[in-house]
Amino acid sequence: MKDILSGNEAMARGAWEAGVRFAAAYPGTPSTEILENIRNYEDIESQWSPNEKVATEVALGASIAGARSLAVMKHVGVNVAADPLFTASYTGVNGGFVMITADDPAMHSSQNEQDNRNYARFAKVPLLEPSDSQEAKDMLKLAFELSEEFDTPVLFRTTTRISHSKTMVELGERPALEPLTVLEKDVPKYTMLPGFAKLKHPKVEQRILDLAQRAETLDVNRIEMGDPSVGIVTSGVVYQYAREAFPGASFLKLGMTYPLPQAMIEEFRSKVEHLYVVEELDPFLEDIIRLMGVKVDGGKDVFPITGELDPGSVARLLTAAGAPGADADLLAEPGPGVEGLPMRPPTLCPGCSHRGVFTVLSRLKVFVSGDIGCYTLGAMAPFGAMHACVCMGASIGMAHGISKVTDAQGQIKNQSVAVIGDSTFFHSGITGLMDTVWNQGASTTIILDNRTTAMTGGQENPGTGKALSGQPAAEVDIPKLVEALGVKRIAYMDPYDLTETEEVIKRELAVPEPSVIIAQAPCVLQFKIMNDPWTVDSELCTGCKRCLRVGCIALSLLEGEGEEDTLVEIDPVQCNGCGVCAQMCRFDAILPPVPVEA
Amino acid sequence: MTENGTTTNILISGVGGQGVLLASYVLGQAAMKEGYEVKQSEVHGMSQRGGSVVSHLRFGERLASPIVTQGTADFLLSFEPLEALRFFNWLRPGALLIYNTLRVNPSTVAAGLATYPDDIHGRIAETWPNSRGIDATLLAEEAGTAKATNIVMLGSIAAELPFPLETWRDIISRVVPPKTVETNMKAFELGRAAAR
Ligand SMILES: Cc1ncc(C[n+]2csc(CCOP(=O)(O)OP(=O)(O)O)c2C)c(N)n1
Ligand code: SF4
Ligand code: SF4
Repeated sequence: MKDILSGNEAMARGAWEAGVRFAAAYPGTPSTEILENIRNYEDIESQWSPNEKVATEVALGASIAGARSLAVMKHVGVNVAADPLFTASYTGVNGGFVMITADDPAMHSSQNEQDNRNYARFAKVPLLEPSDSQEAKDMLKLAFELSEEFDTPVLFRTTTRISHSKTMVELGERPALEPLTVLEKDVPKYTMLPGFAKLKHPKVEQRILDLAQRAETLDVNRIEMGDPSVGIVTSGVVYQYAREAFPGASFLKLGMTYPLPQAMIEEFRSKVEHLYVVEELDPFLEDIIRLMGVKVDGGKDVFPITGELDPGSVARLLTAAGAPGADADLLAEPGPGVEGLPMRPPTLCPGCSHRGVFTVLSRLKVFVSGDIGCYTLGAMAPFGAMHACVCMGASIGMAHGISKVTDAQGQIKNQSVAVIGDSTFFHSGITGLMDTVWNQGASTTIILDNRTTAMTGGQENPGTGKALSGQPAAEVDIPKLVEALGVKRIAYMDPYDLTETEEVIKRELAVPEPSVIIAQAPCVLQFKIMNDPWTVDSELCTGCKRCLRVGCIALSLLEGEGEEDTLVEIDPVQCNGCGVCAQMCRFDAILPPVPVEA
Repeated sequence: MTENGTTTNILISGVGGQGVLLASYVLGQAAMKEGYEVKQSEVHGMSQRGGSVVSHLRFGERLASPIVTQGTADFLLSFEPLEALRFFNWLRPGALLIYNTLRVNPSTVAAGLATYPDDIHGRIAETWPNSRGIDATLLAEEAGTAKATNIVMLGSIAAELPFPLETWRDIISRVVPPKTVETNMKAFELGRAAAR
C-alpha cells in the first residue's frame, strides 16, 4: 500500500514497523509530530517527558530492558540530552536505541541553527540521514539493526524539509514480538565507574572503525554514475535538490553520514573529474573527506555555511563554480519580487492570557529576562518587552545573575524580572529558581501557567493533569513545588486584569527577596475558549491608538479623512472578548458585549 | 510546467488559520489518485499564530525536490492579496495567479506600525497580468459557510488541473465533516465558475 506521508509520519510508521516498543520525547518543531503519530500505534508505549534529557534516559532504560526504544527531540533538545547520550555511547544497548534529532536549517522556528551531525562525531555514534519519507521510514529500521549489531546508540537526523515534506511511501508491517520477561544485569556494561568506563572507551573507538567498514557495503551509501565531469557528494534533502539541479551528474549519495566509507569515497573521486560536496550548514562531510586526503573541488567555498539550500541555489552556485549541466529551468530569472511589503509575523492570539502581562511589563520598562514559548512574542512590537531569551529555562538563572551584579537603586526600570511558561518551568526552570533561593537572590519570577505547551501545538505537560494521549495523570502543584524550593513569597494575579497585574508585579519587585508570581489562565486556542466580541463606540473613540499597544490582531485603525475621523475598529470575527484593550482606553470607548436576553 | 512538460509546481500562500495546509493536502491527494508522483513541503510552527504560511506542491512523473524554486511556479494560489504579492518571485513567465481578494491585516498593520499596500488589486494586476482575483470568502458564504473559503480556492484552480471532478469530490469528502460535503462541493463549484 502507498500513501503520502510527511517525514515525521513516516518515522512514526518506521518505528512501528521496526518493532519499537517504547518512545519518549519532548515536543519541539520540527520533531513534534513524530511522537504525536507514534501514540496512534497502540503497541508502542509512548510518553512525553518533562525534557529531552529525561526522555533519553527513560528510552535508554527501556533499551537496557531489551526493548527497541526511541528518543525524539528537536536539535537543541540534544544539547539538553547530551549527557546521557555521551555515556550511553559507552554502555551501548540491549534493545536497539535510536535518538532522532530534528534540525532546523534556516531557523524556521528555532533559536539557533546548530548542525547536529557534529554530535555523532563527538559522541562517537553512527549517524543516518534520510532524504525523503520513504527513506525516513526504511532507514529507521536500519538504525535499529545497526544499534543492536554494533551495540551503540544511533543518531538519526532529519531536518525541517524532511520532517515537514510529504512524499510517497510504500508501507510495511510490524513483526510479532514476544513479551520481555527477563531483566539481565551486567555491571561492567551498564555501570560507568571509571574502571569500567576505561575498558569501554577503546571499544567505542574500535566500534567506529568497524562501522566505517560496514559503511562501505550498506546500500544506503551508493554511487550513482552519470556524467563523470561532475561528481556530487551529498546527503539528506540536499541530495534531492542536487538531483533536481544537475539531473545528469554523478552522485555519491550518503545515507550513513558518520562514519564515512573511505574506500567508496576514493573510488568515486577516481571516477569523476570534479568533486563537489553539497551540504547545508557546517562542512561536516567536507572536513572529514578532506582529512582522508581526498581532493575536493568545491564545498563551503561555493555554498553558504548558514541557512537552507534549494534546487535553485545549488544550480546557480555550482554553475558559478564551473560545473556544467544544470537544469536550465532552475537558472532562469525569478519573477518580479515586490520589495517593502509589511511583514506578517506570528502574534499572540486574540484573547491570549499572555497579552496583559506584556502590556504591563512594557509599561513598567523593567528588564525582562525571557524564555521560550508563545510568550516570546512579547519581544515583538508593540510590546518590546523581552530583553533576553537564550534557551529553555534560562530566564530565571539570567535574572538572578543580573540582579546579583546590578544596583537597582530602588528603581523598577533597573530591575530584572524572569518570565517563563509552565512547560518551560518544568523542563528546566526549576533548578534556576532553586539557585536563586539558595544563593540569596532577590529576583521575581512570573510563571505564565496557561495549562499547556502552547507554542508547539498544545501538548500536555507535568502540570496539566494529563499525559500524552489525554489519559488522567498526577498534576504537579506549582505553588507547593515553589514553596518546597524555599520561596517565601508566592503571589497570584489575573493576567486579564491590567491594574491587578501591574500592582502585583510592582509590589513583588519592590521586595528584596525571591518571589514567584503565578498568572494562571488557560490558553484560549488550546482550550477552545470563545468569548463574545467587544465593540468600539465610534462617538467616544478619539483615535488616540492607546489600545493598539496591546498588540491584538482584532484591532485595527480606520484612517479617516481628517485627524478626528481616525478610529479604532474591532473585527468581531477575530476578537475573543478578553477586554484587555478596553482597559487601555481612557475614554471608555471599548464596550463589552451586551448580554442577550433569554 | 517545466520544459519537458512533466512537472507541475504550485505554491499556495496565505495566513495561519486560513486552511492553506488542508488545501495543499487535498491537491496532493488528488494528484496521487491520478497516478502522479507527489511531493509537498510546508513550514509550520510559529505560522499558526497568524503569520504567513506557504506550502509547496509538486506533481509529475518523476521529481526529486519537495520544494519549488523561485521563478519556476506554474501556479500561485493565494488566500490573501498581500500574501500573493509576497511570493511573486516564485512565478515563472506565463504562470497563473489566483487569489482571494479579502484582505487580512498583518499584526504590524493592525498595530499601526506599518501600512497595507495601497490599491493592492491594481498593483497585482499591473505586475502580473495573468492573475485572477476572486472573492472566495463571499462565495463560501454563498455556499453556506465562510469556513469553506479554502474549498472555493481549490475550485478556482481545478479548471487548470488535469483531475476529474469525481477525484476532487472523493478527496474533499474525506477531509470535511460528513454533513458538510454538499456545502463544500457547492463552494468548490462556485470557485470553479468564478475563476473562469
Ligand atoms: C531544548 C528545547 N526543547 C524544545 C524546544 C521547543 N519549544 C519551544 S517553546 C516550547 C514550550 C513552551 O511551552 P510553555 O513554556 O508552556 O509556553 P506557552 O507556549 O504555553 O506559552 C517548546 C517545547 C526548545 N526551544 N528547546
Ligand atoms: S496559542 Fe495560546 S498561548 Fe499561544 S498565543 Fe495563542 S492563546 Fe496565547
Ligand atoms: S477584547 Fe480587545 S484585546 Fe481582547 S481579543 Fe478583543 S480586540 Fe483583542
